[in-house]
Amino acid sequence: MKLKGAEILIRMIKSQGVDTIFGYPGGAVIDIYDELNRHEDLNHILVRHEQGAVHAADAYARAKGTVGVALVTSGPGATNTVTGIASAHADSIPLVVFSGQVPTGLIGNDAFQEVDIVGITRPCTKHNYLVKKPEKLACIIKEAFHLARSGRPGPVLVDLPKDIMQAEIEFKEPSEISLKSYKPTYKPNKKQMGKVIELIKQAEKPIIFAGGGVILSKASEQVTRLSRMTNIPVTATLMGRGAFPGTDPLWLGMPGMHGTYRANMSIGHCDLMVAIGVRFDDRVTGRLDTFAQHAKIIQIDIDPTSIHKNVKVDCPIVGDCGYTLDVILDMLEKEPVEEIKKDHTEWLSQITEWKETTPLKYEQGDDVIKPQFVIEKLHQVTEGQAIVTTEVGQNQMWAAQYYHFDHPNHFITSGGLGVMGFGLPAAIGAKAACPDKLVIDIAGDGSIQMNIQELMTAIESKLDVKVVILNNQFLGMVRQWQEFFYEKNYSSTNMDQSPDFVKLAEAYGAKGYRCEDPSKVEATLIEGLDEPGVVIMEFMVAKEESVYPMVPAGGAITEMLLV
Amino acid sequence: MSINTYLLSILVDDEPGVLSRIAGLFSGRGFNIESLSVANTTEPDVSRITMVTRCEPDIIEQIKKQLHKLINVITVNDLTDKRYIQRQLSLIKVHAHPDKRAEILRIVDIFRSKVVDVGPAHFTIELSGDMEKHEAFISLLKPMGIIEIASTGAIALARENKH
Repeated sequence: MKLKGAEILIRMIKSQGVDTIFGYPGGAVIDIYDELNRHEDLNHILVRHEQGAVHAADAYARAKGTVGVALVTSGPGATNTVTGIASAHADSIPLVVFSGQVPTGLIGNDAFQEVDIVGITRPCTKHNYLVKKPEKLACIIKEAFHLARSGRPGPVLVDLPKDIMQAEIEFKEPSEISLKSYKPTYKPNKKQMGKVIELIKQAEKPIIFAGGGVILSKASEQVTRLSRMTNIPVTATLMGRGAFPGTDPLWLGMPGMHGTYRANMSIGHCDLMVAIGVRFDDRVTGRLDTFAQHAKIIQIDIDPTSIHKNVKVDCPIVGDCGYTLDVILDMLEKEPVEEIKKDHTEWLSQITEWKETTPLKYEQGDDVIKPQFVIEKLHQVTEGQAIVTTEVGQNQMWAAQYYHFDHPNHFITSGGLGVMGFGLPAAIGAKAACPDKLVIDIAGDGSIQMNIQELMTAIESKLDVKVVILNNQFLGMVRQWQEFFYEKNYSSTNMDQSPDFVKLAEAYGAKGYRCEDPSKVEATLIEGLDEPGVVIMEFMVAKEESVYPMVPAGGAITEMLLV
Repeated sequence: MSINTYLLSILVDDEPGVLSRIAGLFSGRGFNIESLSVANTTEPDVSRITMVTRCEPDIIEQIKKQLHKLINVITVNDLTDKRYIQRQLSLIKVHAHPDKRAEILRIVDIFRSKVVDVGPAHFTIELSGDMEKHEAFISLLKPMGIIEIASTGAIALARENKH
């Protein structure tokens, strides 16, 4: 059967179980769009900027636990995806990005809208391809999806020259793919397992430290079981939120630069750390030589390069988090209960004391809204059930501190790369993945303006996302650093000039609210969330509120600046 | 921590862009490449890269793991602590004044190298051998006045068992 390249592409995408893609057309992909229009079972969401397409695909992948797909044209279409790809790479999110390319005969000739996107994205993709022969197309697409979703997931880019999309060739469903050396280790080394059980038995002050790998491996249930079975408290990184219920008594809160006091103190004082799917990012560890300095560390990760990279561990285990935990849980079940489930009375009461003496706190007066109050109310009003996306900065940290996530795949944030402008397109992607869920972007007045154009995408595609803007008229996180470390030299962080977000919402066809009164925060949230369609709720908040606790960059995480 | 020299033998897919992936990995992560040599193997679609790098012992572990993580890298063999045969080739152009010619030829003879080009005032010498041999040879020729050197990177293969 002879098919056009573009038709093979669409067929192969569908055969991977994809039903939604995010994209933007252009000259180099016009054949693909011509074909796409004939496939009603493949939903295309037209974004307003290619960066938005990739962030939306990223969040779609996370909310649904699948591979996200974006389609863009050559040249600027492709370069606009780079931030999104780099963010997905830092957070290990499975994506396949298809970019158009000039015809193979023109490659290297500085043709119109030509760019070496394979070269540009080499360091920020898990792998990438330039399809040079139409016969290879089907196989490469299959490989791309396999690479994106297997092992430690990540973004894969496939560059598609226009003549390859136009070529008519014999189509044969590719058989099994053969990647000579790519064989991720899912099953852990048995010998190490015995050591884990011994370490758990011996520990007096243990903690579990869960990361994004738990979410990716769909292992939050196992983490929760491990904690309950052994009575070990849990902390989880920004990327690992939802790996363990945020309302559980054994929950320590998030660790790191803006972590809770008890989480950071627990890391500083524990004698055993069971690290699962974490890569020990500098925002979590602070000064490395003081990080978990009294602890034996067990590290479970599917990526061998994550092990011993920043932190030396005592018991390294290469394997899939979920699979490894299943083995560990089975072994623990065979042990006498009293040996594995200890009261840890002293340890847990120490943690309670840290919690009680130094909780997360802020003071809400009558005049000015505190940003933390908005998030706390949002958690209450939504009963903690919403999918929350964030921008980056103070809004992200307050969301992480004051919204308590009980389920995985509910907190979607650009963790590793820290992309301002991530939250709105991400909310759109999450809503496309989970149309029945309430999806809220928690934003700042600065970051919401970085991809504000995606409001139109949400409205056109009827993806009814809600946006909460915490407007402090500053680029708040940088302002905070300037306050603490640069003698309040507020260089270029003052943002008292912003658009009227209510009018802006209306201009796009959304509904806008503004709230300046603490007593009306709850009512505004209830009304805004109930309102059908896309809604912006702008809260004028205290201008110079800072995120506490704070560990100065490079400091020990047990030495926090407190309110 | 001490800085050591490591010798890696890497089999990769013979595809455009593979060398750039490896070079990019080293530059992006601040690893150092001392020398690099790439050529085909008898297997179609497979090339061998022999690389010499200098770093601390825990960094070499990261380098090997990161290399292995590249999809186009098939195997990474660290030959450093194994039995291996290693060679590199140099062309060395040296000043050869009449009063030094005999001495240069004696050195050439001792090192079993050969003169491949002669002029009234220079020799060009071809030398093959391991890195130590090159260092020794060059240090002996230096006083004569080396004009220029072209060297390949090191290439190496693991030794097979004798029995």
